[in-house]
Amino acid sequence: MSKIVNGVLTAVGKGRGGVKVKHNKNTAEMAVERMPIPAKVVLPMQQHIGAPCVPTVKVGDIVSVGQVIGDTDKFVSAPIHATISGKVTAVGDIKLAHGMMSKAVTIESDGEMRLSEDIKPPVVTNKAELCAAVRASGLVGLGGAGFPTHVKLNFPDDKNVDTLIINAAECEPYITVDYRCCVEDPQDILEGVYSLQKYLGFKQVIIAIEDNKPEAFKILKEIADKDNDSGDVVKLMTLKSKYPQGAEKMMVLSATGRKVPPGKLPADVGCVVMNVASVAFVGRYLKTGKPLISRSITVDGTAIKEPKNIRVPIGTNLQDIIDYCGGFKSEPRKIIFGGPMMGVALCSLDAPLCKQNNALLSFEDSKNITKKERDCIRCGKCVSVCPMSLMPTNIEKFAKIKDVDSLKKSGIMVCMECGSCSFACPSGRPLVQYMRLAKQILREEG
Amino acid sequence: MAKKLTVSASPHARSNETTTGIMLDVLIALLPAVVMSVVYFGTRALVLTVVTTATAVLAEFISRKVMKRDNTIGDLSAAVTGVILAMNFPADLPLWIAAIGSIVAIVVVKQMFGGIGQNFVNPAITARIILMVSFPTAMALSEWVLPFENTWSADALTSATPMAELAKAAGGDLSAANLPSMMDMLLGKHGGSMGEVCSLALIIGGLYLIIRKVISPVIPLTFIGTVAVFTLIAGGGNVEYMVYQLLGGGLMLGAIFMATDYTTSPINFKGKIIFGIGCGLITSVIRIFGSLPEGVSFSIILMNILVPQIEKFTVAKPFGSVKEKKEKEAKA
Repeated sequence: MSKIVNGVLTAVGKGRGGVKVKHNKNTAEMAVERMPIPAKVVLPMQQHIGAPCVPTVKVGDIVSVGQVIGDTDKFVSAPIHATISGKVTAVGDIKLAHGMMSKAVTIESDGEMRLSEDIKPPVVTNKAELCAAVRASGLVGLGGAGFPTHVKLNFPDDKNVDTLIINAAECEPYITVDYRCCVEDPQDILEGVYSLQKYLGFKQVIIAIEDNKPEAFKILKEIADKDNDSGDVVKLMTLKSKYPQGAEKMMVLSATGRKVPPGKLPADVGCVVMNVASVAFVGRYLKTGKPLISRSITVDGTAIKEPKNIRVPIGTNLQDIIDYCGGFKSEPRKIIFGGPMMGVALCSLDAPLCKQNNALLSFEDSKNITKKERDCIRCGKCVSVCPMSLMPTNIEKFAKIKDVDSLKKSGIMVCMECGSCSFACPSGRPLVQYMRLAKQILREEG
Repeated sequence: MAKKLTVSASPHARSNETTTGIMLDVLIALLPAVVMSVVYFGTRALVLTVVTTATAVLAEFISRKVMKRDNTIGDLSAAVTGVILAMNFPADLPLWIAAIGSIVAIVVVKQMFGGIGQNFVNPAITARIILMVSFPTAMALSEWVLPFENTWSADALTSATPMAELAKAAGGDLSAANLPSMMDMLLGKHGGSMGEVCSLALIIGGLYLIIRKVISPVIPLTFIGTVAVFTLIAGGGNVEYMVYQLLGGGLMLGAIFMATDYTTSPINFKGKIIFGIGCGLITSVIRIFGSLPEGVSFSIILMNILVPQIEKFTVAKPFGSVKEKKEKEAKA
């Protein structure tokens, strides 16, 4: 078991590898501002991992805020809600910011922000009802991956899931929305924790945070202490700030000392890991019944004029968001969704913000963004930083020659594409890209 | 938006480290040894170093050009090879032989196998061995020019290296050997190649590399440690004999600067341990039982060849894999 120092847990298991990335949390002290309601939103039917939704409205329909406009009967999916009130002006394929195509519903605002009559607090008395309510809320992991939360919570009862880990590590540079969530909405987090613990029967709830966020730590400590009277299930855990401390498998290891086997989920070792903003949303939703129609994002990077934390209706055009933040101060070379380590590079700003996007970062060109690619010198840095004990340089070679047998033995499927190898490589090799290629080769081989 | 955006795979941040930076660190770490070689062997040592380095860089430039590949002299790896090679030479080596050494190292050993990161043996060591067998007199297998002699003159005083003397001290009996004082061994006032004599300068360079995280201390420690253990046993527990063995010959130069060559040493931790012990073992066997007084170069080149095998057997299990779990359960 882990040691408790002054009521705070220290990590039980220490992950190997990792890299020290400059934090650049420039927006940490900027309270989340509400962006004005846009004139138009575009709501893609694919804003999550899993099956895309099917539009349930047609052109000309009048919709109100929180009304379901896309849903599916597939399990791994989450419904899409209207984020403004107004008239549906288009239903059809659009190109998402990273280049993928998706069906989308376009709504033109009537400026009223009329709430849907469907919005009422859900009645929850047990696990099944909680999962159904979470599904209806449209919640997906707000930390970046966008995995439907109700799927995560709906673990089979025979798995002996005993631990809920709340991820407030936010180990990616620049992003501060989770930090702001801890500072601004501690009550929502607390209520979320209580409901999840009550209906899902967790024996312990561990809130994990990196040691570079003292203010959020103080506030979370109060939450954890409040709980002392009611059984002391909520504990706070500090982690050294190191990338990728907040990765799911690393979280499970730090909090419980358990290692998630290759190809398995945290639930297989008795854990559920949730992003802190997702937990706060659950707390809020159970109280108000207002589905996921807006989210906080960090807008930052070396090319942006006024870095900000803002709350934006989902489906808002990215150009509008950039304009709201004063536009660019210099020509951006790279614009990404999410953090610099695992984020997705965008090819266009004429696209909507989706549920899982926690940051919009724009960078001017620099040697830290693009490093000259040279031959591998076998320095072994990629091997020593890999948290999954892989040998990226060898996997790169196997992938290049499509050596399926060697790839199978290499354990590549446990790679979580955290980017530590590419980051550390002195020869600037795009190792993560080869890791993805290697996985693709194995998937195709079956 | 008219501007063009770069779309590439994550991560979108890169560390400040570069190949050039790493090689520059190695050059800085070699500086104390180069300075001491000039102190001991005069300007000729400097001229020799410049000749090997310039030839190495030129050879790299030309061979890349001939092969129609991009120019790689900017990564400084050829310069590193040149300087290390000079450190392996006797100070009175004819300059043209030194130049041949650089050409062999860069063209034959490195570029013909695909350039940086692809050679399967260490270029500098291989060149040293090739020169040793091709020019045994000039490469002074037994007689080395002494420090503070005029290395430009043909009749500079030479003497047997401490290694040759140590070979006479079978079983650790140092009375038969004509050895310099221990302090002279550490500071470098004895016969030997330009860069290997001053162990202190090499150790300082090694510490710099470890602090800058350019090399891991595993290979130097296991290499030198293994030699220490074996020579202590061979010397019948004579610590003095062991220390002479550690400070003499090319052990420090080899263990710190050549066995740690990225390309020709294992990448993973366990592999590095095996590699270091193997190098130490072969060095000790050659020194104690062989007819050659010195075995560092041969030990490193032999272990270089074994690296792919070592790596194959020391691959770490991926995170959370079943085997690792079973081992843990067995231990608990």
